[in-house]
Amino acid sequence: MEVPILKQGDFLIATVQAALTDADLLHLRAALLQQVVRCRSQGVIVDVTSLDVMDSFASRTLREIAQMIHLRGAETVIVGIQPEVAFAMVQLGIKLEDVATALDLEEGLAHLKQKSESPT
Amino acid sequence: MARIDIDPVGTQVEEQYGAATAERTKPASVLLSELVSHLRDNRTQLREEWARRITEAQLLTAMTKEEIFAEATSVYDNYVEALETGTFEALQAYARNLSERIIPRGVETHEVVGIVLLLRDVLARSLFAKYHADFTKLNRILDAYEPAANRIANTVAVGFVQERERIIREQQEAIRELSTPVLQVRERLLILPIIGVIDPQRARQLTEQLLRGIRMNRAKVVVIDITGVAAMDATVANHLVQTVEASRLLGATVIVTGLSPEIAQTIVNIGVDLGKMNTVGDLQGGIEQAERLLGYKVVPFGEAR
Repeated sequence: MEVPILKQGDFLIATVQAALTDADLLHLRAALLQQVVRCRSQGVIVDVTSLDVMDSFASRTLREIAQMIHLRGAETVIVGIQPEVAFAMVQLGIKLEDVATALDLEEGLAHLKQKSESPT
Repeated sequence: MARIDIDPVGTQVEEQYGAATAERTKPASVLLSELVSHLRDNRTQLREEWARRITEAQLLTAMTKEEIFAEATSVYDNYVEALETGTFEALQAYARNLSERIIPRGVETHEVVGIVLLLRDVLARSLFAKYHADFTKLNRILDAYEPAANRIANTVAVGFVQERERIIREQQEAIRELSTPVLQVRERLLILPIIGVIDPQRARQLTEQLLRGIRMNRAKVVVIDITGVAAMDATVANHLVQTVEASRLLGATVIVTGLSPEIAQTIVNIGVDLGKMNTVGDLQGGIEQAERLLGYKVVPFGEAR
């Protein structure tokens, strides 16, 4: 299932709506990398609220997305990780190191806005 | 009142002897009623004997002599009734009730089992004394008495232990409930004071509660205060790291406060990597840092104007 990517001002929002296959994830990665430059976005939000499982491939891909987008000059925030998912992830030793996370879309947007106002 | 066979074992014994004389085939229930009426007739004397033996054996030292006698009387009556009717519900209920009353006074399991076994002994002796002339009859009386007495002893002991376990379970539950409050001190700032021992189960519950709290209160910063944690080993430290990591996935920053010198030393010695954790000396410092992170500034009332 393809993930829709919406442009919202300076940011891109990709909302994952159902469980993703590995191919979907790779597709999402390619699409985001392309669009972030095309739209001259300063930030990307990946919303995973509806995911109830996050496996190692998914988290690795998300981390790669964040790193690649950083190389293309923008920031990434993963938002909406469910408490159960977060707990399962740390139990399994899956980490999202160096990736910004936020509670929900609103928080993610606030985080990106703050970042773009005061670049460090 | 209807007489009921106490125990299937007793009935089997009955059948084994079945081929014998009419006197011998007298059903166990008849023998039992004879037994019960004997115990009723000698109630006062046997009860006194029992209470004396209890005092002698220094059981139930937490109770006064009068109390022991009062309890002995009700136990005796319940005991005889259980023998008579073969139903243990009343005795069970009484045992539970008794346990409820005496457990808070520090009565031990061995004392309760001890007094019931003493009663069993006292009654058996009185039966020996009564029937010592007729060995066959004594045997058959004991066939009826022993299984029932064993079951009664069992019932009382089990009732006591169950009551005890129930109390322990309740208290554990209460401690667990009380020990992991997630408190909001300011908009978007939570405090999680941890007190007592952290085992894997509690660590899990703690993390779950915290994650739920973060979501519910939309917290950005969490201060985990471990002043009340006496000791920390590698497992607990790893749990702590996991909690911090999981909170971060929900977008909350965790500040750990109240690491005692001993715990700090332990953590360094066992080599758990707490490098990525925000640690602040005490709870006050932790809250101050959290306020800074949230952009609050607390100033004395006079200076604000």
